[in-house]
Amino acid sequence: MRVELQGITKRFGSFTANDHIDLVVEPGQIHCLLGENGAGKSTLMNVLFGLLHAEEGQILINGEPVHFDNSGEAVRHGIGMVHQHFMLVPVFTAAENVVLGFEPTKSFNRLDHKTANAKIVELSKKFGLEVDPDAVVETLPVGLQQRVEILKALSHDAELLILDEPTAVLTPQEIDALMEIMRSLARDGKSILFITHKLKEVRAVADVITVIRQGQVIDSVPPTETENQLAALMVGREVNLTVVKESTQLGDVVLELKDVVVRDDRGLAVVNGVCLDVHAGEIVALAGVQGNGQTELAEAIAGLRHVESGTITLRGQDITNHTPREILDAGLGHVPEDRQRDGLVLSMSLADNLVLNTPRRAPFARRGTRNLNAVDANATALVERFDIRTTGIDATAASLSGGNQQKVIVARELARPLTCFMASQPTRGLDVGSIEYVHRQIVNQRNEGLGIFIISSELDEVVALGDRIAVMYAGKVTGIVDPSTSREDIGLLMAGSTMGEHV
Amino acid sequence: MSERPSPSNAPALGDAPEARARLVPRWWARYSSTSPITLTVLALVLGVVIGAFIIMLTSAPVLNSWRHSFHHFGSFAGTLKLTFDTVAAAYRAMVTGSILDPTLFFHSLSTGNGWDQTLTPISETLTYATPLVIASIGVGIAFQTGIFNIGANGQAILGAIAGTAVASMIHLPMFLHLPFTLVAGIIGGAVCGMVPGVLKAYTGAHEVIVTLMFNYVVNAILIYALTSTALQLPGQSNDISRNFDSTATLNPLFGTKSGLRVSYGIFVAAAVVVFAVWFLKRSSLGFDFRITGANPNAARASGINPKTIVLAVFLVSGGLSGLAGIVQAASTTHYIDGGFLVGSAGIGFTAITIALLGRLQPIGIVWGSLLFAALGVGGRAMQAATGIPLDLATIIQSVVVLFVASPVLITEIFRLRSGAESFQLANKGWGS
Repeated sequence: MRVELQGITKRFGSFTANDHIDLVVEPGQIHCLLGENGAGKSTLMNVLFGLLHAEEGQILINGEPVHFDNSGEAVRHGIGMVHQHFMLVPVFTAAENVVLGFEPTKSFNRLDHKTANAKIVELSKKFGLEVDPDAVVETLPVGLQQRVEILKALSHDAELLILDEPTAVLTPQEIDALMEIMRSLARDGKSILFITHKLKEVRAVADVITVIRQGQVIDSVPPTETENQLAALMVGREVNLTVVKESTQLGDVVLELKDVVVRDDRGLAVVNGVCLDVHAGEIVALAGVQGNGQTELAEAIAGLRHVESGTITLRGQDITNHTPREILDAGLGHVPEDRQRDGLVLSMSLADNLVLNTPRRAPFARRGTRNLNAVDANATALVERFDIRTTGIDATAASLSGGNQQKVIVARELARPLTCFMASQPTRGLDVGSIEYVHRQIVNQRNEGLGIFIISSELDEVVALGDRIAVMYAGKVTGIVDPSTSREDIGLLMAGSTMGEHV
Repeated sequence: MSERPSPSNAPALGDAPEARARLVPRWWARYSSTSPITLTVLALVLGVVIGAFIIMLTSAPVLNSWRHSFHHFGSFAGTLKLTFDTVAAAYRAMVTGSILDPTLFFHSLSTGNGWDQTLTPISETLTYATPLVIASIGVGIAFQTGIFNIGANGQAILGAIAGTAVASMIHLPMFLHLPFTLVAGIIGGAVCGMVPGVLKAYTGAHEVIVTLMFNYVVNAILIYALTSTALQLPGQSNDISRNFDSTATLNPLFGTKSGLRVSYGIFVAAAVVVFAVWFLKRSSLGFDFRITGANPNAARASGINPKTIVLAVFLVSGGLSGLAGIVQAASTTHYIDGGFLVGSAGIGFTAITIALLGRLQPIGIVWGSLLFAALGVGGRAMQAATGIPLDLATIIQSVVVLFVASPVLITEIFRLRSGAESFQLANKGWGS
């Protein structure tokens, strides 16, 4: 199926999310849509899938103009979409999820499980996507859940498959498997629109790469372009993707975890005996697929979650189960994983957010009265020093872009004297320019002798930043390796094998 | 917006602003906005309009005139005039009864006499508004912290009981007695607030349930206290307290002879407003409160102890409610009885409405309190002058709150230009 978008323009109020976008997807082509967060990729896909309506432009399928009022019509025209966040019912089986909405029924509207299962098996065979039809979706690993989503789209005879940031939640091995699936689908004549901001993946799988920036098509290029060229197209200027690190002198241990056990909200020991230490002047990066206990570990270190057993020490001082206030005062800088939830008060001003965890410290307050002049002066200085792009220090945190919000948190933490700096997913959702900036700040602090602990599920980031890489799987550190270790080996550790077996 | 037609162009989002622009004058579209003040004023306008219809429907002469007009065709002009006159008379009575009667005012101005009578309406409005301001600010501070203190009424009553005990049972010179009385009120309210506070902080009990139920507990405590020998007026079997010592009352500003009831209590209210503005804007604790209210997760991550905040909120909020209770008693009756703050006199419940109407901000709350007090006082004047029931004032109050609570409705009715940030009455649900 040949799909053509002509001059698609979509505005939200005065903001133009898509500005006369032209795009052609040929049959059997893997067409990659590359752009930063907020470049308008998802908006464009939602227009194509009938979820949004464009103000201008048209969609042609095999040369015929079509118009979708809703996603159902898009599906009938052979367009399938796999969303970034899966639209599956966790307690249903794979088969039930695939037939959801178009269930085969027996008399009295009873669900016909046999036909449903047969349908899945047939689809699985046809496309080489093995899934157990009776498996309950929530028990499946994320990679297989995604496979169910893809099967669901294919079950409606999709000829064009839209994959919206499909790799964000996958391990390197799962990503390889997904790419294999994409290639095989393309061989069967399906068209694939693959949306991502990750340069490596694009070059590995795409036939054509279209780069979008600020709602406009910048260029369509072959996958032979280098990563730096692609990044430059995406950001609009030269970007230095490699993080330059000089060797530094290792100092004392600043953060030490001994046999730490932490339970999650359901009472499961999701951190189960973690041992790790971070020295002054080094970056320890904790890798791992999302959901292997990293979030809970970070919360435990910051004092936000009860430590069941084990000890956490900050430069020799025991901070296990101390209050967040005591831990902050002991010198832990913390960039939380979910910055809007834990790191900022969106409705408050930039100036207030920059003193959020030091409001009573001199000179920001004296005897219970805040010194707003000092707060403002602090904000002005930090905005300057950390290059926070804002309309003013009185602007609300909500008015800032994601990258600038992250800069606010990083600035706030680095502005006070620290023993150890811990950042969870420090660049999640940030554009390439901001990633570059945050990485440089982190490396600068390391060079100045701060001990840094990074938790990230982005393998690229872990490899680029870490002096040592610890890999976490199912609540345990499965290995601590050098950043020169091959991605395959790190991937195996992320999937649960221990050092002895594979390295 | 480009006019280029295209087959796949969806009209739904495209032409709505233009259609709207044709329906309303351009200046209106340009200068109207969804600012909170605009919305509140427009809600008041709607309240008055709806009130007008209710006046029509409840006035027998007006209804008869309309019936007559429809049956016999003609004389619509007379009917319209009668309707207009009736509605105008009612609202005139309301305004002159709650703010100022121009006739009396010019008479006083030219002759220099009768100022007491001229100023009575505004004096009454201020008298009613005084405890409302204090209680509503107490509620507003709690709401801003994300804690729904529904128990302001109980806290006010307990504050009044404690204050009454000090005012009537201890005898001191005024410079000590009056402050002690007010402080006793604050302590009474704070103690009453601490019970739900402790329960929430240490057991996780939901404050809405506990504070709401505590109102009933305090009602019972009131009756018990008023029938105890210590507090009951000697020689009485009714539930009525001893009278305040004259050294423990908030006296009328213009002396007892003038008949104007407005008292030194308004200075207490003014002090509370100044305190609240400082507290929320400039104090460290107020900053902690606001962080906690706006984002409890970030508050915890920033080292704010949620338990401390819950306890502090109930101390401040309960203390202010208690102060409102004792100010009410010390500035008007100088005693309390079994009907104190019960039923429709429950300022603690009105305070919740006013706090929301004033968007939890001290200055907004002052305006809200004045509006509610004026509607109450004016409603009574209207009832006396025209026979239209006082309930009309309540209806207008309710309609105003109803419309303020649904900004989308106002925006649509008046075709306001929707701003980027839509105004919300309170940014939190009931969860805590």
